Amino acid sequence: MGRIVLDKVTKSFGDVTVIPPLDLTIEDGEFTVFVGPSGCGKSTLLRLIAGLEDVSSGAILIDGQDATSIPPAKRGLAMVFQSYALYPHMTVRKNIAFPLRMAGMDKAEQNRRVEQAADVLNLTAYLDRRPGQLSGGQRQRVAIGRAIVREPSAFLFDEPLSNLDAALRVGMRLEISEMHNRLQTTMIYVTHDQVEAMTMADKIVVLHAGHIEQVGSPLDLYRAPKNLFVAGFIGSPKMNLIEGDEARKHDAHTIGIRPEHLSVSSSEGTWSGVVGVAEHLGSDTFFHVHDTGLAETITVRVDGEISFKHGDRIYLTPRNDVMHRFDKAGDRLP
Amino acid sequence: MATKASRSAARLMLAPAVILLLGWMLVPLTMTLIFSFQRYLPMRGGFLDWVGFENYVRFVTSSAFWPAVQATLIIVGGVLLITVILGILLAVLLDQPMWGQGIVRILVIAPFFVMPTVSGLVWKNMFMDPNNGLLSHLWRFFGADPIIWLSDASMASIILIVSWQWLPFATLILLTAIQSLDSEQIEAAEMDGASALSRFWHIVLPHLARAITIVILIQTIFLLAIFAEIFVTTQGSFGTRTLTYLIYQRVLESQNVGLGSAGGIYAVILANIFALFLMRIVGKNLDR
Amino acid sequence: MARSVTTQRKTLNTVIAWGIGLLIFFPILWTILTSFKTEAQAIADPPVWFFFDWTLENYRVVQERSNYSRFLWNSVIIAGGSTLLGMMVAIPAAWSMAFVPSTQTKNILLWMLSTKMLPAVGVLYPIYLIFIQLGLLDSRIGLTLVLMLINLPIMVWMLYTYFKEIPGEILEAARMDGAGLRQEILYVLTPMAIPGIASTMLLNIILAWNEAFWTLNLTAARAAPLTAFIASYSSPEGLFYAKLSAASTMAIAPILIIGWFSQKQLVRGLTFGAVK
Repeated sequence: MGRIVLDKVTKSFGDVTVIPPLDLTIEDGEFTVFVGPSGCGKSTLLRLIAGLEDVSSGAILIDGQDATSIPPAKRGLAMVFQSYALYPHMTVRKNIAFPLRMAGMDKAEQNRRVEQAADVLNLTAYLDRRPGQLSGGQRQRVAIGRAIVREPSAFLFDEPLSNLDAALRVGMRLEISEMHNRLQTTMIYVTHDQVEAMTMADKIVVLHAGHIEQVGSPLDLYRAPKNLFVAGFIGSPKMNLIEGDEARKHDAHTIGIRPEHLSVSSSEGTWSGVVGVAEHLGSDTFFHVHDTGLAETITVRVDGEISFKHGDRIYLTPRNDVMHRFDKAGDRLP
Repeated sequence: MATKASRSAARLMLAPAVILLLGWMLVPLTMTLIFSFQRYLPMRGGFLDWVGFENYVRFVTSSAFWPAVQATLIIVGGVLLITVILGILLAVLLDQPMWGQGIVRILVIAPFFVMPTVSGLVWKNMFMDPNNGLLSHLWRFFGADPIIWLSDASMASIILIVSWQWLPFATLILLTAIQSLDSEQIEAAEMDGASALSRFWHIVLPHLARAITIVILIQTIFLLAIFAEIFVTTQGSFGTRTLTYLIYQRVLESQNVGLGSAGGIYAVILANIFALFLMRIVGKNLDR
Repeated sequence: MARSVTTQRKTLNTVIAWGIGLLIFFPILWTILTSFKTEAQAIADPPVWFFFDWTLENYRVVQERSNYSRFLWNSVIIAGGSTLLGMMVAIPAAWSMAFVPSTQTKNILLWMLSTKMLPAVGVLYPIYLIFIQLGLLDSRIGLTLVLMLINLPIMVWMLYTYFKEIPGEILEAARMDGAGLRQEILYVLTPMAIPGIASTMLLNIILAWNEAFWTLNLTAARAAPLTAFIASYSSPEGLFYAKLSAASTMAIAPILIIGWFSQKQLVRGLTFGAVK
């Protein structure tokens, strides 16, 4: 079980309010991702749930029970830290067994669980090494192993992949997703990388300056961003946001059109411009188009086989059915 | 991680150290301050009279004051000059590839671990003694008249002894600082066509600037207070009476506590000027 | 720098560095050599280098005539005692500032540093007077206390910089893993802090062992440590070079050995963590 409810939680350090009153419910078994730019309060929020920071006001309920003043160890949560936070003086086996040892579990059961976890995480060969002798990916697995042996009611991940190189990150992303499918335990995952958020989450919580901007499934956020911030944050490459006359034609202050929702032509279209940089990814190609008469550079995403070169004239036509419209305050218009 | 429970526990753990140091600083310093306004002669019954700032005036107008300031400046300045310059050169040298680097390092550092009384006496007797010292043997070997080091070249002798003790400190710190220099910076400069000398001048030296400042400040604070080296060699004669030694003599030898205390307050102020600069640098380091 | 250097260049470096190294080390080497000579050989001109009748006579005489071992024992007690006592105060203080910092932490640290800068001679008489009043003059306990106090700032600072390097996340991980404060200190913090604690203690023993202002001014016969004992050779009678050398060698040998083990820590300790 692991249903976590935040009820009007706030956090301030001295005079600085990091989290203004915030309500959020995380259902049992859900994979929830907190995403936002650095300094948006996502890590602080995670640490409040973990109990590593005291809330300034409000309450945190875990499975219906008020956990606000329960110390971290007693909340039944496990955390995987950004730096992995492995105990450098202990072997991998001892690292993974540490929470069990603290819980006073008997040796045989400790060993059984450690070995089981090591088996799942492919760590069996490394059980007697120390963290210093492991690669980044292996350390990450040890940190996860230390979390799963406790069989917590929820896992908390604080940017766990940010110290890994790109290839490893993709692999670990899959492993964590598979782990969630297998265990069906609540997971709260903090990241600044919207790709991680989109690929892993059941529910994404977009945070900005301590506020929740939007909560929803990845596709909800992609299809109907509630405001300009979410629109700009979710999706890669970023949504084209256009202001001015062009927006007024659509009765909006700002219109947004995703790069993949523009069709291109060499002869006719709504806007015409000149190709600046063309980024060829193989499967896709991104064109950055200038001189369209709009103030903004427009990014287009097309099939990898379509070829325009730097300096070519290009015609763009937005798909009006998937155009996003925002008012002056930045909120979505229906 | 800062929860309320850990806060108060932390304060409790900090208290003993703060209280002890506060006492150690305030009690004697207050007493010195009080004595400095008194005519206080323990041999003649202790407290005699309140005299206001008379001791402060007498201390700086006495015939011993300016020579003591001069001696202090020459010793501190001389030692700083020698240790910093040789320290930089030695640090650069020790950073070069060579065989037995570890052993050379140990040889160079060793003098720092010799207690001041030992280094004072070993130099005074076994090297600088005009009859039996090794240096006089050397002078005679070349047919020269041995120098009577501690009286004819008293300042140079003290500077030599103290520099020998402090050169390892400067070298060790500067070497540590050099080794923290990013080798890519040197390589980039090499790619840019900088010669070895200009690499030293434009990259190594600026990189060392902070470490050099720290060496200068810390050494100054310790050098202002050198005592044992003079105590076991010249006892302050032949122009080697520094401010510290002068104050020591006023207080313990001539037992004029009031006068000595006024001198002590001067010394505290002087040391604090340097300490302030040092603390600025160290404080900046804390913020990182 | 992973770079191949010509053998010629390396040889040149080696010769120069060894030459300078031996020159700097020479006074110590000469003292050690002289301690094994007879008094006549010690002042011989031309000097005798290695080929003389090596004798342990000086060591025996120094011990017998002046009861060397008592001074040694005083040094051990004073240096060791002040270190242990200081650590008992410094470890909790450094721990609290490193792991539960407050807005005042930086000021407290700097203030502690400033007490280290206090010139000893400025407070000599008050301390002297207090010691007389409390009957601490020429006592090991009094000197132990003073040395503990003068080195306390360095101990706190050094431990602080070591503790600071222990990532806070590890302690938080321990807390999440169910460790209480006691277990956190016992199983996680202490094992990780031991190297730092050990080097702080080593540096402090060196500083206390070599301290030569308070040890000279606050002791006479009973509590005098080696610094004061050696100082008694400043007004000698007769030939004494070999005996001075023997006494000096014994006084510096333990510290030379400890010192060589703690070169790195020395830099950190003496620069208050500003150079690492």
